[in-house]
Amino acid sequence: MTQFTPIEALLGGTILGTASLLFLLFNGRIAGISSIISGSFKPLSSQPQWRWVFILGLICSPLIASPLGYSLPSTIDLSWSAIILGGFLVGFGSYYGSGCTSGHGICGIGRLSPRSIVATIIFMFVAIMTVFILN
Amino acid sequence: MKNLTAYISGLLFGLGLIITQMVNPEKVINFLNIMGDWDASLLFVMGAGVTTFSLGYFFIIKPRNKPVLAPQFFIPERRVIDSKLMIGAIVFGIGWGISGICPGPAVTNILTFNPKIAIFILFMLIGMISAKIIITPPIKSIKTLKTKLLPLFL
Repeated sequence: MTQFTPIEALLGGTILGTASLLFLLFNGRIAGISSIISGSFKPLSSQPQWRWVFILGLICSPLIASPLGYSLPSTIDLSWSAIILGGFLVGFGSYYGSGCTSGHGICGIGRLSPRSIVATIIFMFVAIMTVFILN
Repeated sequence: MKNLTAYISGLLFGLGLIITQMVNPEKVINFLNIMGDWDASLLFVMGAGVTTFSLGYFFIIKPRNKPVLAPQFFIPERRVIDSKLMIGAIVFGIGWGISGICPGPAVTNILTFNPKIAIFILFMLIGMISAKIIITPPIKSIKTLKTKLLPLFL
């Protein structure tokens, strides 16, 4: 059971939008996490470092969230099959479909990109149906 | 400087994910579970995120001809809604519905040292590589095989 948290949702959502905006304004890149991850497959030496550095920022973010009173989940209540299958499908689908909730959902819709609007509607609907079927 | 802004962007992005609890799969699944005890929070997260980004995009980004620290903007330009996009979205949606975890939250959770996160990321990477292999045209695959893999064995 999780509570409806509109204040944190609006605050955190604004921070997500701001972070994505700053990244585009300064680095000229879309903050699409799946693309940043898959783009970093090449060896460290043969590509600009920004992907790895951005990912490092994500990894280190709990270190600034914690003093502010926000923490990571202490347990993950998912079966191993959900972890393995979910992980594989999320990886496959985000690469094949050129994005996920950050790239398509925030940046794509924010740019009014028809591709991203369609992608987001599809994955939202499918995810909702999946949860419904699994329950 | 570019590395500093990339790092700060990642830091802030992760902070947003943590404050909203998007890093908690249960929170995400409770949003997707519209038929059950619905937690609408993600709607507000997306709403605020999209609105903020959109305002900034149209008022700050679009008027510029280049980013502050890079020679050009790298913004996707494709407009065609093709089958890859739709199939990818469907597959992603199933995976997201099953786990409640997507790439950003997965990485942001690394410092929990939870083996479930590590395995999720492992299979996410396997999924990405699998998709890449499927997408890569056969001629390029064979060429990559010859130039990259074969030398390892000779």
